Amino acid sequence: MEEVKLLGSWPSPFVHRVIWALKLKGIKYEYVEEEDVLYNKSEMLLKYNPVHKKVPVFIHGGKPIAESIVILEYIEETWPQNPLLPDDPHERAEARFWTKFEEDKIQKIFGFLMTAGEKQVAATKEAQEVLRIVEEHGLGEKKFFGGNNMGLADIAFGWIATSMEILEQAAGVKVLEANTFPRLKAWIQNFNEIPVIKESLPDRNALLTYYKARRVVFLSAAAS
Amino acid sequence: MRPWIALNIKSVNYEFLEETFGSKSQLLLQSNPVHKKIPVLIHVDKPIPESLIIVQYIDELWSSSPSILASDPYDHAIERFWAAYTDEKWFPALRGLRVAQEDEERKALKGPVIEGIVLLEEAFGKCSKGKAFFGGDQIGLIDIAFGCCLGWLKVTEKLSRVKLLDEEKTPGLVKWAERFCADGAVKGVMPETEKLVEFSKVLLAKLSGAPTKK
Repeated sequence: MEEVKLLGSWPSPFVHRVIWALKLKGIKYEYVEEEDVLYNKSEMLLKYNPVHKKVPVFIHGGKPIAESIVILEYIEETWPQNPLLPDDPHERAEARFWTKFEEDKIQKIFGFLMTAGEKQVAATKEAQEVLRIVEEHGLGEKKFFGGNNMGLADIAFGWIATSMEILEQAAGVKVLEANTFPRLKAWIQNFNEIPVIKESLPDRNALLTYYKARRVVFLSAAAS
Repeated sequence: MRPWIALNIKSVNYEFLEETFGSKSQLLLQSNPVHKKIPVLIHVDKPIPESLIIVQYIDELWSSSPSILASDPYDHAIERFWAAYTDEKWFPALRGLRVAQEDEERKALKGPVIEGIVLLEEAFGKCSKGKAFFGGDQIGLIDIAFGCCLGWLKVTEKLSRVKLLDEEKTPGLVKWAERFCADGAVKGVMPETEKLVEFSKVLLAKLSGAPTKK
């Protein structure tokens, strides 16, 4: 089998997605950590992702692919075992729709981490409105976005399951309040119980420290 | 426009329903309750929104040639990358330039748009491998994704008084644009630049809250 490499950064939710997909499909890969992806990008990263200069970058047989969802679709096509997409074209379109929705709205959902005071109140409300749509139209009565089994859209939204609580702690605000979003909360529990997800979770304390530090950077950038 | 071209390429019969600008029909609100936007493809009563998702659906369902998406997974990934780049980075930058009112603003916004086109020129060189389209001999995903922005590109060139496609800097794309617009699947679909310019002025007036001229 041709060499599989993943260039990543340990806190990045976009990198986690690719790791989950690789583990779900049982694909062996070499992981290379970008030591300082924000302030001192490696030559490797700049060579393999000159357009966006971001992680994750997936390299298969020396050929690089950037953008996490593009990588996931490539992994799905190249290694069809344990599929992330259903066979039916309409269901595939639905999965892609929700995956795209997550990509389009992620900044809005994240906004509460990067703001304070009045702006944070507004950002929290905005995040909740988006999550309401996700719960009602995306998840509905299903166990996972993918139906009975998790799929592409679950992986795209997965960071909410694994990291939302940590983000809320770092930001000092509750977005998914108790008794609100019952179906989303159930999905979070189901998602986190998937063995591959459970065993891949980064250290919670380390992630909390990381997001607290990022919040300081966001807030001081906004103030200057 | 994109699903329209894809349906033409596949010679699929379809009924085209025009939405009136400024009001959203019941059918639209029912078919796309999340975004309330066009395009929406309705097939066997099931709606599918989002243009590039529709194009993929069309290609998967009507899988007889000509194929729109590449068959090789790596080429397919490159297609998806540039389609996403066009939608998420380049087209919003183009829009920003088009709606800019002041010259200083335009100067600042011009750079990223032109840088993007230079990147797409490079991508064209690599993807086309000397052939007519990004997709090779046939129109592919990037052709459709970027090609459908050509109308607005021409409007921006006119309204912002800036040259974006240039025979010297982007010779590949200049010729490609002519070929794309002349293709049988695209010809009846691409709006006339003058009509789009007028429409753009209506949109801008709405944005700034000014009364629209008749």
